[in-house]
Amino acid sequence: MDSNIEKKEYNITVYTENQIGLLNRIAIIFSRRKLNVESLNTSPSEVESIHRFNIVINETEDVVKKVARQLEKQVEVLKVYFNTNEDVIWQELALYKVPTDIIAEHVSVERLLREYGARAVVIRKDYTVFETTGHREETDALVEVLQQYGLIEFVRSARVAIIKDSDGFHAKLREFERLEPGEDVIENEYLNKGQKVFTM
Amino acid sequence: MDTLEINDKQTKESVATEELSGSQILLKGLIEEGVDTIFGYPGGAIMPIYDALYDFKKELNHILVRHEQGATHAAQGYARSSGRVGVVFATSGPGATNLITGIADAQIDSTPMVCITGQVFASLLGTDAFQETDVINITTPITKWNYQVTDASEIPEVLAKAFYIAKSGRPGPVLIDITKNAQIQKVEVEAYQKCEHIRSYRPYPIVRQNYIEKAAALINSAKKPFVLFGQGILLGNAEKEFQAFVEKAGIPSAWTILGAGAIATDHPLNVGMLGMHGNYGPNVLTNECDVLIAIGMRFDDRVTGRLDKYARQAKVIHLDIDPAEIDKNVKAEVPVWGDCKETLPLLTALVEEKSHDEWLAKFRDFTQKEIDQVIDAECNPTSGELTMGEVINQLNILTKGDAIIVTDVGQHQMVACRYAKFNHTRSNITSGGLGTMGFALPAAIGAKFGAPDKTVVAVIGDGGFQMTIQELGTIMQSGIDVKIMILNNQFLGMVRQWQELFNDKRYSFVDITSPDFVAVAKGYYIEGQKVSERENLVGALETMLNHKGSYLLEVMVTKENNVFPMVPQGCSVSEIRLK
Repeated sequence: MDSNIEKKEYNITVYTENQIGLLNRIAIIFSRRKLNVESLNTSPSEVESIHRFNIVINETEDVVKKVARQLEKQVEVLKVYFNTNEDVIWQELALYKVPTDIIAEHVSVERLLREYGARAVVIRKDYTVFETTGHREETDALVEVLQQYGLIEFVRSARVAIIKDSDGFHAKLREFERLEPGEDVIENEYLNKGQKVFTM
Repeated sequence: MDTLEINDKQTKESVATEELSGSQILLKGLIEEGVDTIFGYPGGAIMPIYDALYDFKKELNHILVRHEQGATHAAQGYARSSGRVGVVFATSGPGATNLITGIADAQIDSTPMVCITGQVFASLLGTDAFQETDVINITTPITKWNYQVTDASEIPEVLAKAFYIAKSGRPGPVLIDITKNAQIQKVEVEAYQKCEHIRSYRPYPIVRQNYIEKAAALINSAKKPFVLFGQGILLGNAEKEFQAFVEKAGIPSAWTILGAGAIATDHPLNVGMLGMHGNYGPNVLTNECDVLIAIGMRFDDRVTGRLDKYARQAKVIHLDIDPAEIDKNVKAEVPVWGDCKETLPLLTALVEEKSHDEWLAKFRDFTQKEIDQVIDAECNPTSGELTMGEVINQLNILTKGDAIIVTDVGQHQMVACRYAKFNHTRSNITSGGLGTMGFALPAAIGAKFGAPDKTVVAVIGDGGFQMTIQELGTIMQSGIDVKIMILNNQFLGMVRQWQELFNDKRYSFVDITSPDFVAVAKGYYIEGQKVSERENLVGALETMLNHKGSYLLEVMVTKENNVFPMVPQGCSVSEIRLK
């Protein structure tokens, strides 16, 4: 029952139609329950015309399950999955703008950048923009370092996450398009996947 | 002339495509959806639709309300009494924002409704144009679905989707906002097609036999099974299936206020009402049953009381069409998704024929206690001022339980729901989830339009009546026959009751004065009378019921009477108080 008390990061993947106003409909499901969205990304998915939201929240499994069902209830939402960080491959992208002259003076910076897997996107006389992708701790760590060298601007993207054991959405969508969908479109309702029984 | 073409049926059928305005397309679509009644109020941004409506007077009966909120409640009453989709027209800006309370009410009480609002020209969106308001974003949290149309060609598909979404699965309100240019724009359209499938929307979860089997096994092993039923049975038209189930399994059954009437009040297995002001037995015995079978109900906090002390001993079977309701408030041992029209017969087939006589007798014992300590004094007093309970009791005798009772919100609502007799389904119409004062008068108007052969009695408090009193004008103009019964205790009674019980009688702003209601009604050419003496009550009720046309009866009742039993907020259902 720990999962009902312990808060952790959950990655919620929402497959939706591409519809104006849906972002708001999804966002208010969180805000109504006073849940803080740590990160939200919308993008195309592996299926043409189907959108994919990646939402990260720090909550208990119980809360996440309820939110997932409320999300899935929305007319234009096709499917919702929620996964812990262990269940997904995820990345965030960060950009850092630093003064070029200072960077040029400090050789150690270059080494640092290599260490953090960064690359220069733009190098101008007045500033240079570096980019890294990785987990939150990694992109954060570089901020701290660059702060000493006159970091001008920093921005980090929302998280994008791929579900490790997902087969993608193509087959599911074909099911949805049928008038009478098959059993597998509702497998998320089985919450204890191992035993295929309800444990809530 | 286009308008001539539209009115000529033969022309309509002989051409596959024709050029029509967005407004005409909309109205023809409504007719295709089987709509014949619309509750609405015109205004600038919806004028093209009203102009087109002028040519559809025969097919579409438009009821002009006195405030847009009244249109929503009337549409709700219509939907609840008829089982059809209620339709509302309103203009942009204030017209649209006046719909909010009714839409929210329909959302929480799962009432199928389609609201059409006019909107400023698409070119003016976002410019703070006259009477522009962002109705889509305002209504997003309180609609099942909403959509803004900016091009006439979108209308047929959007309208078909709206009706499909509003009435399928767990029903709810849908709003379509149509910009003025789209109402005017002429486009060629093909024959209207109803919507039957949306790939991202699965209104009916797949029924899984293994869970039906688990549920049946649990029911068959139960010594003290207890059924809680809600509006899901009405919404699924599953009254017969429900009755067959409880009769075969012999299970005592109690209702949420929206479930009232799913089975007749006098049915031997109907053990009464659940919740804060429900009956004694069903509340106490919730914490004694071994298997709790919830059917089409959502464990609202007014039903469960304190959750961590709610039915902890029981194994819960939850039948619901909305997967999001499973485990939302009460954890289910066995969830049974699906339309109960489909799942109940499957369950009935597997349950053993039983009669739990001893267990049922326990409910009867509690009923007797409640009669002795509460009901008798409330419903059959012989001295003192009139009570709300005796008014409802006398009404039952005269209507024989065949009337549609529409209630507002507060003490009178609880009393009416507790004591009114319902022989038929869809005869208790009330604002359950949202608790909207002002609901009853317009809802009663809609209920009568939805069920014209029924006697419709609106039971309203003196407070709530003043919230939508202007709808007397709608009654006057439409000539609809609604019996209005005001139970006047000269207080905002329910709040006063709480202030008495929990705030040391600090009566903070609950002392409400009223106009001469009979005189107000007279101003609207509605007859009426006021009664305050016991010996005049039955005669006054008879006069009201026998009167041809609408009638207002104001009954003066005890000022400081409390509704009991009561589960105080924060208490367990078994801590229900009889006084």
